[in-house]
Amino acid sequence: MFDTASSASGARAAGRRRQGPSFLMALPAVLFFGFFALVPLIGVLLISFMEWNVLSSPTWVGLDNWDTVISDRPFTWRALTLTGIFVLGSYLFQAPVALLLGVFMAGQQRYRALLAVLYFLPLLFSSVAVGLTFQSLLSPYYGISAALPFDWLPSDWLSNSDLVMYVMIFVVGWCFIPFHALLYQAGVRQIPTDMYEAATIDGAGRIRRFFSITLPQLRYTIITSSTLMLVGSLTYFDLIYVLTGGQPQDAVRILPLDMYITGFGANNLGHASVIAVFLVAIGLTMSLLLNKISGSTKMESDKAGA
Amino acid sequence: MTRHRKIRTGTAGLAAASLLALTACGGGGGGEGANAWILTGGGWPAIEEDLDRFNESHDEDISVEAMENDAYKQQIRTAVGSGDAPTLIMSWTGGTLLEYVEEDRVVPLDDHVGELQERVHESVWQNGVVDDSVYAVPMNDVQPVVLYYNQDVLDEHGLEVPETWSDVEEIVDTLADVEDVDAFSLAGGSIWPALMWLQYLTDRHGGEGVFASVVEGEEGAWDNESILFALETLQELGEEGFVDNYNAVDAAQNEDAQLLADGRAAFLLQGSWVYATINQDFPEFADSGAFGYAPFPQLEDGAGDPSNIVGNPANFWSVSADASEEAQQVAFDYLSEHLYNDEAVDDMLNAGSLPPLNDVEDRIAGTEAEDFLTFANDLVGEANHFQLSWDQAVHPDQQQPLMDNVAAILQGNMTPQEFVDDMNARQ
Repeated sequence: MFDTASSASGARAAGRRRQGPSFLMALPAVLFFGFFALVPLIGVLLISFMEWNVLSSPTWVGLDNWDTVISDRPFTWRALTLTGIFVLGSYLFQAPVALLLGVFMAGQQRYRALLAVLYFLPLLFSSVAVGLTFQSLLSPYYGISAALPFDWLPSDWLSNSDLVMYVMIFVVGWCFIPFHALLYQAGVRQIPTDMYEAATIDGAGRIRRFFSITLPQLRYTIITSSTLMLVGSLTYFDLIYVLTGGQPQDAVRILPLDMYITGFGANNLGHASVIAVFLVAIGLTMSLLLNKISGSTKMESDKAGA
Repeated sequence: MTRHRKIRTGTAGLAAASLLALTACGGGGGGEGANAWILTGGGWPAIEEDLDRFNESHDEDISVEAMENDAYKQQIRTAVGSGDAPTLIMSWTGGTLLEYVEEDRVVPLDDHVGELQERVHESVWQNGVVDDSVYAVPMNDVQPVVLYYNQDVLDEHGLEVPETWSDVEEIVDTLADVEDVDAFSLAGGSIWPALMWLQYLTDRHGGEGVFASVVEGEEGAWDNESILFALETLQELGEEGFVDNYNAVDAAQNEDAQLLADGRAAFLLQGSWVYATINQDFPEFADSGAFGYAPFPQLEDGAGDPSNIVGNPANFWSVSADASEEAQQVAFDYLSEHLYNDEAVDDMLNAGSLPPLNDVEDRIAGTEAEDFLTFANDLVGEANHFQLSWDQAVHPDQQQPLMDNVAAILQGNMTPQEFVDDMNARQ
């Protein structure tokens, strides 16, 4: 989930902010970043001006690829819309569920530890295994629809183009909610208990405490988690590829998938690189904007006594 | 439409990330030793064992790496393009091999094939020949597409194995009124199994020349009445004939074979490798005596030869032009001295796979899969023409659009005319 975009903004923020330790200490990280993020990025930018089908040698075509992908390929815009729906849908599904689960898991009762382990499991599974499992679960003949005696249950989860986007948002959410719940759990555990005690003495109920203490105190966790969710789902690929390959009717062929299919299915690396540059641009803009809006560049500790 | 379970692993997916890293890790020209990439599943472990035996009996060594079908197809292209190809390059011939030859990525094998040329069926051998030179030689079994059936279902509904297309129409009509049983199982979710229908229908309607014009790049060759007939028939079968929800059935999980085994469908049109799949995964059905196989029916007034078959003639080895001379020499030795040795051929036959050789007839008798092998051997031996899978036969630039368009036909959001117009535009 950590992509070039989020690490880019992270590295930059880290470079500017401090006067403390010498720049030399950041050198390994900077070198790593340069080699594994900047060099390929420049490569992709160059390829986006070339015609290259992998086998033959690339030829320079100037702005042709850009022109085609932007103005002569209606699917680019459809993929962009689909990506928007996927990113927004994933966020609306994952954020509240992860927040509530995290707050719940932060409690002290013993059974919660057990439940927390269960919730955490999906994060440990490989996405291919998850994909194949869900493929079986969602199969019309041998999946849940056939096993459960409910006639209203649709059986074409993966082959109905109106449904498949929501199915994907659910499955991807199922995989990543544990990670974000973990972030929130850690965040909640750091809230000083005396705040809650004071609020309880003042007569604040459970819900009031959640909205007046927990949520505001989790501000930075929410920003971190939101950034990861939004940029992560923007570049999300594997489960959707394993489960659908973008089908049916290209209903879930979001930009990363479109890039892959264009590049390695249709062997058009030039067009794929243009799409890749789009993705980088959107991802960078999004994480920078989130940083800006949330004011996290001025992020400071607000813990009692710190 | 390639062989074996198309488990779409994320291994292929990881390559997406490498779109970013591609230029950073430029090619290193390949190592010193010879190596080969093969696939997983089906008869491939036997190929690996055979390569191991070669390594044991020779001073030379070929290291083997097995990968999943889809992952292989995408990685081999990148590897060949960057000069990092394995010494032995496996392909399905067709458009891909043509492109390798055009780009000088593979070397001619004319002087290194030993007795192979005399042993291999001519119709199969020809696939590896480009401009009168041999660039690829077959290395495993021939994979014709056949019509599997479930005799129990046929008996229950008073049906017989179809010999003509009107038989097929009758069967579809009969089963249309039966709840929970359909005529044909189809893994439409995987798309490539639908190509088998298109290929057979086109061939039966117009003969092998129709698709030959497409492969030769003739202007407007897709807009042919036989191809249109096949596309229309496919859509009609989608409405009545294929199992409900066929677009959600996945071949990677062998669901199409399971539907046949469970009696949910009477027939399944699939490659010869499904014979092994059914024996492995659904032994009860395989041993029940209800599991049968037949050639694709004949189209009464079609122009095609009813003995024509479609499928994969075999997988082929080529030798990389980027490999070192020592490595190439090892590969040549393997091809000329070891390929299709007696032990390997026996292993194949015992596994129910038929090598494309003209000297195996006597050895089929007594093997476990004797009936099926005899059936397949007759089918291949008597075939007037063996059509390579379309997705392999067309130029690599057309492969993805072809699959996308077949998907659109299956899902009903493209008309046959739109299909051929779009494909023509890419000719």
